[in-house]
Amino acid sequence: MRALTWHGKKDVRVETVEDPAIVNPRDVILKITSTAICGSDLHLYDGMIPSMQAGDILGHEFMGEVVETGKSVTGLRKGERVVVPFVIACGACYHCSRLQYSACDNSNPPDKADISETLYGHQMSGLFGYSHMTGGYAGGQAEYVRVPFADVGPIAVPDDLEDDEVLFLSDILPTGWMAAENCEIEEGDTVAVWGCGPVGLFAIQSALMMGAARVIAIDHYPRRLELAAGLGAQTIDYTTASVLEALLEMTGGIGPDAVIDAVGMESHGFFVDNVYDRAKQALMLETDRPHVLREALMACRKGGRVSIPGVYGGLIDKFPLGALMQKGLTVKTGQTHVQRYLPLLLEMIREKRIDTTFLISHRLPLESAAEGYRMFAEQQNETTKVILKPGWEQVQ
Amino acid sequence: MYHSPRRFGVPLALSLAPLSGGILAAVVMRKPRHVHRNEDAPERALREQETDAHRIVGRTVTIARPRDEVYARWRDFPRFPDFMENVSLVEPLDERRSRWRVEGPSGTPIEFTSAIIRDEPGKLIAWASEEDAAVANSGQVTFRDAPGGRGTEVDLEIAYDPPGGSVGAMVAKMFQREPNIQARRDLKRFKQLMETGEIATSRMRPAVEQLKS
Repeated sequence: MRALTWHGKKDVRVETVEDPAIVNPRDVILKITSTAICGSDLHLYDGMIPSMQAGDILGHEFMGEVVETGKSVTGLRKGERVVVPFVIACGACYHCSRLQYSACDNSNPPDKADISETLYGHQMSGLFGYSHMTGGYAGGQAEYVRVPFADVGPIAVPDDLEDDEVLFLSDILPTGWMAAENCEIEEGDTVAVWGCGPVGLFAIQSALMMGAARVIAIDHYPRRLELAAGLGAQTIDYTTASVLEALLEMTGGIGPDAVIDAVGMESHGFFVDNVYDRAKQALMLETDRPHVLREALMACRKGGRVSIPGVYGGLIDKFPLGALMQKGLTVKTGQTHVQRYLPLLLEMIREKRIDTTFLISHRLPLESAAEGYRMFAEQQNETTKVILKPGWEQVQ
Repeated sequence: MYHSPRRFGVPLALSLAPLSGGILAAVVMRKPRHVHRNEDAPERALREQETDAHRIVGRTVTIARPRDEVYARWRDFPRFPDFMENVSLVEPLDERRSRWRVEGPSGTPIEFTSAIIRDEPGKLIAWASEEDAAVANSGQVTFRDAPGGRGTEVDLEIAYDPPGGSVGAMVAKMFQREPNIQARRDLKRFKQLMETGEIATSRMRPAVEQLKS
């Protein structure tokens, strides 16, 4: 089959690789109909995530048609159309029983899980197409994919919904939703969101649906700020305004009740601390550039909530722990427990209460995936979301 | 790795054999040490283990299944190869003893006989290799109820002599056959099998038969 493979920093290629097959009893094989490039794929593209190997197939946002089922798979049939969560979860361990799917004990293979135990103190769950630390599973930017524990994750979608309407259930829609849920929004709350990429935009949409009185969006790309405004957010362009001052002034001197870092480890911007972080990163003294997180902690009101859907992988320094402690902030974060939110969000899409298609800027054949990565990385203003279609011969 | 009796066994230490050394002393038979320690940390978690020749490694996992069921599956020695990466065969010889075949790092299988020393259904199984073992090893696995109905805490502990001293242990680590790593991985496989009915893998296609180990 054809698949998008990783070969190093800014080097991804569409190649012919072996077809997947059923390995374990709870597997299914999916024929991919749509798959997307995620903002977190750019961390891989930029070589920021350890334990990648040349030839790894990327992609953790995908959907398709079940073409083969393992002997223990119940509830899924050949021909069924499903969206697959990027988090692989067994459904049987303690964490899955608490609906903490991204903390699943069993989905990371025993010979792969040691890396995360060394790095984080515990073995993390498996993820599709996201380094060997999270299992080394082949991703879905391909014609076919093997889906383990298929009786737990994939959700069948009704025929009357197009791929474009439901594809984002795989990651960014529930991720934005959980980011807002982690803000524990109360009546009259103001929520500030750093980063108006897909997750940030869905977090804005979700926060407003959950009753936030006001959402303030922070970015510097005009197109992204425009999309945020379109959802009903007020906006701050950090290249022209002082974010901390603006947030205080816009909230009656109180600061946002909850803050969302939807940027993560690769902050943009020419700030003193970001330049410092870049230098340390170059010297390998620090792995992540947490400018946004620092600013969000400083901005958050006393006793407020901090939600971090943005991806961090390792260590940071100059962390304003004093602000966190002295102001009594609550931090909630984590990889998304996708499975927990799928039935609710699918229902909301069916009822037309949530639209996800506004985000899509490009639809490309799988063969053009490398170009899709380049555009998403380099033209972030115009490129809000790239969808890849394995079935397409050429750009339509 | 190996271990004979049908009761359980920990394959781990075996693979070290070619590197030298011998595992020693039976955990179950050793004299209690640190009797005056003012803490509950297990001995293997001490920063400095008493260096009277053998080293103790181990690992605990919580398995979301009832204690009797977990015990029974572990007690089924001939099925060890299902989750013990380096064990290719466990053949019962009689009620207490079994013959083990373990794949060593060099690819040469090691065989030995192991015997059950203690067997308390639902609670504990302890074993030790018999005289003929090239690498002497011993260990025990205990089962206790996890708090809050979370299943069973399985605690595996083995005693061995680091082959060739610290250099030998380093070499063993390079082969990923250091007993602690092997114990951790084998226990993880056991947990996966008990909880999910399969062992997670990122392979895209079924493995060829002898990929085991």
